[in-house]
Amino acid sequence: MSDKHKPKSKDAEPQPASSYLTEHKGISAWLFTVDHKRIGLMYLASITVFFVVAGLLAGTLRLELLTPEADLIKSSDTYNKIFTLHGSIMIFLFIIPSVPAALGNFLLPLQIGAKDVAFPRLNLLSYYIYVLGAVFFLIVLVAGSLDTGWTFYTPYSSGRAHSQTAVIWATAGAFILGFSSILTGINFIVTVHKMRTKGMTWFKMPLMVWALYSTAIIQILATPVLAITLLLLGTERFFQIGIFDPSLGGDPVLFQHFFWFYSHPAVYIMILPAFGIMSELITVHSRKRIFGYKAIAYSSVAIAVISFLVWGHHMFASGQSPLASTLFSFLTFLVAIPTAIKVFSWVATLYKGSIALNTPMIYALSFILTFLIGGLTGLFLGTLSTDVFLHDTYFVVAHFHYVMMGGTFIAFLGGIHHWWPKMFGRMYNETAGRVAAGLVVLGFNFTFLPQFVLGIQGMPRRYHTYDMIAPEWKPAMTLGHQLSTVGTAILTAGLGLMFFYLIYSLFKGPRVTGNVWGARSLEWTHAATPPITHNFAEDPVVTTGPYEFPEIDPDMDRKGARHE
Amino acid sequence: MNPGPLTALWLSAGGPRTLPEGASSAAPEVDATFFLILYISLFFFVGIVGTMIYFVVKYRRRSPGQRTSPNEGNVHLEIVWTIVPAVIMVGLFYIGFRTWVKMHVPPQEAIEVRVTAFKWGWEFQYPRHSLSFKELIVPKGKPVKLIMSSRDVIHSFFVPAFRVKRDVLPGRYTVMWFKPTRTGSFDIRCAEYCGTSHSRMITRVHVWEYSKWKKWYDSGGGLDKLSPIEYGKHLFTTKCSSCHSDDKSRKKVIGPPLYGIYGKTEVMEGGAQVKVDDNYLRESIMYPQKKIVKGYATQNMNPFPELSDKQLNAIIDYIKTLGRKLPTGTPPKKSAPSK
Repeated sequence: MSDKHKPKSKDAEPQPASSYLTEHKGISAWLFTVDHKRIGLMYLASITVFFVVAGLLAGTLRLELLTPEADLIKSSDTYNKIFTLHGSIMIFLFIIPSVPAALGNFLLPLQIGAKDVAFPRLNLLSYYIYVLGAVFFLIVLVAGSLDTGWTFYTPYSSGRAHSQTAVIWATAGAFILGFSSILTGINFIVTVHKMRTKGMTWFKMPLMVWALYSTAIIQILATPVLAITLLLLGTERFFQIGIFDPSLGGDPVLFQHFFWFYSHPAVYIMILPAFGIMSELITVHSRKRIFGYKAIAYSSVAIAVISFLVWGHHMFASGQSPLASTLFSFLTFLVAIPTAIKVFSWVATLYKGSIALNTPMIYALSFILTFLIGGLTGLFLGTLSTDVFLHDTYFVVAHFHYVMMGGTFIAFLGGIHHWWPKMFGRMYNETAGRVAAGLVVLGFNFTFLPQFVLGIQGMPRRYHTYDMIAPEWKPAMTLGHQLSTVGTAILTAGLGLMFFYLIYSLFKGPRVTGNVWGARSLEWTHAATPPITHNFAEDPVVTTGPYEFPEIDPDMDRKGARHE
Repeated sequence: MNPGPLTALWLSAGGPRTLPEGASSAAPEVDATFFLILYISLFFFVGIVGTMIYFVVKYRRRSPGQRTSPNEGNVHLEIVWTIVPAVIMVGLFYIGFRTWVKMHVPPQEAIEVRVTAFKWGWEFQYPRHSLSFKELIVPKGKPVKLIMSSRDVIHSFFVPAFRVKRDVLPGRYTVMWFKPTRTGSFDIRCAEYCGTSHSRMITRVHVWEYSKWKKWYDSGGGLDKLSPIEYGKHLFTTKCSSCHSDDKSRKKVIGPPLYGIYGKTEVMEGGAQVKVDDNYLRESIMYPQKKIVKGYATQNMNPFPELSDKQLNAIIDYIKTLGRKLPTGTPPKKSAPSK
């Protein structure tokens, strides 16, 4: 008797169709896969591990900073290593790969109706280069650690009389990681140019694709500069030739120019894909077309270009020429304009929409709040006179956490929750999702809002202790630090809950198939949930844009009244 | 100084002090710009987030399939919200630039002080003073120009009360200026990460009434007036005390405490035992990496090659007085324990 005729037991689930997750089983089918979706998941798992490591390091710092004196961490050298590793791991091993390599890899071919990226084997190589770079960082941990700050300023980092840590292992690791980023960038650009399905013109692409494309431009053009800079740094330290160290005839400010020439565009590598996620989430969960599609698309490219022209705003106090500082300040204000346009456009998209406050949307709306704070506080730093005061204080620390964590990370979490059912064919518990989102957003703001105040009070960054600061500041600064640490606890609780229910959903969550959110982009309309290995049963043909929701009433605004 | 309305509101609500009270001629303009940006930011924040919340409430999904607007753009609106931010951005740039230019160009008549930064302390030298100091002393109401360089890595000179900051580089001079507007003592904090004790590289700037300052400045502090031990003590305070304690407490600051070490036997990393004599002290100052006291392997003291023989001798003379009676020619009584 075939299974079809057996009476179904009460709790029998329909057997899930074979998908990219289940076809080709076994560990080598994963480790040697060329499927962009499996590669995306491998990246996702890896970056999560490093996020947890770097996050625990930050938690340790915040516990130490509860009091002005050194207590939990007695040695300043240890403190300095912890903050350096927190920054380096978060930037190089978590946030830069996060959206492009984890979500981007998964989504890009699906969203343009392609079977895979242009160079699938290169894609796998990118992942293994990432792993190799990560191995170098692990070696750093056992070879003397790192205490230069993630910025490696010279001559502290290049002089063996100064930093006595595993600088060369770290620069080698970051050098290698850069290639993962560059190769992914090349892959994405070719994919977008050459593999869009029939009917998908540039202006019918989801804005996520525009975002990934702009990011890829930056990855290819900027990352090699970092690679060479690190190579020069390692060479100076190893061979003791003078490039950046004045005691050998070098120029320490030159290092800063080279370093920030990459590292400023790098922050746009971090945020542009997050902007892409935002456009997808806001439209799907308010059932509306994006307001100002072309403005958002073009502003992504504009930001990518202008991002190369503002690096000196990290160096207003460095001793660079006043002319340079003036130009950089002006250009920095310019790059704020396309960014502002995007924020206005997302809010305008909500107008006369049908807004669902589900977990992905909670993240998307929170992004607007926290990214806005991050962006507005950037104004204080781009302004020459106020930057002199705020540079290298906790104000900067708060600003960049608001844009990187309140921006990129929050959008990333929104994206994870939005595409989770697509990736795994399982759904997480929505109540738990909302509770965790609330804790994460509350905890995040509690952690970093006091840090703006600490910065205004003149608390410098990278300070292990603050008991040598004039005594009249002690109570105020201690309060600020303690509030910040309490915030960290709330944030950690939210993330812990999230981790738990997401993993739980993979095993015990309800199975879902089909277009869970009623989205209109190809990954939802034409690919299974979860997709088959080759994405589409047949090549999709596109005739409309990606935000054509059935709820849209073409007559609504003409008649005026109807919006219920 | 009257706090502005926002600050007054904040303080009355029980909030802690935020901006340090300004003490320089630059502070009022910097603070005014700060508050301008703050008000603009609050305006846009409330406007954007408020609109967002309003839309989310008004257009929340009340029923599945609820209809939505086909709207996907509005050229007029887009032009307005491009031009208005652009104008504000250029305006803010200009306001910041204007103040900054003034902060950047020292007046011709500014009093000059040389600043040397090192791991992990500050040294201030005045042209008319033969001694250098670990704290900065300046007159109220007069412009002061600092010519700064570092003996090792990049540091940064930051006085929150004056609203000024400039990196201090090895191998070249950077210059900054300020004009103090009230008397008092204010923190100088290192603001560029420089290694182990970056957070302990803090000293003070004292602002005195001009007449008091002038008298001090003109007194010169001639070398010939000080005995070697007094001179050595002064040099020790300026160059050594940020890392070594010299009092009975033998507190470990960064390097080994020096009270009572002369004549003792110290144990080095690696187990060797060394008698602390004049040559050991001299070697420790000029070539600190040659012998490292046990437990201080990672502290990495920098050498002081700029010291003249006279200065070296004075410092050593001073160290030899710490917890030790100077020999007088008469042997100590047997009952009295020698230190």
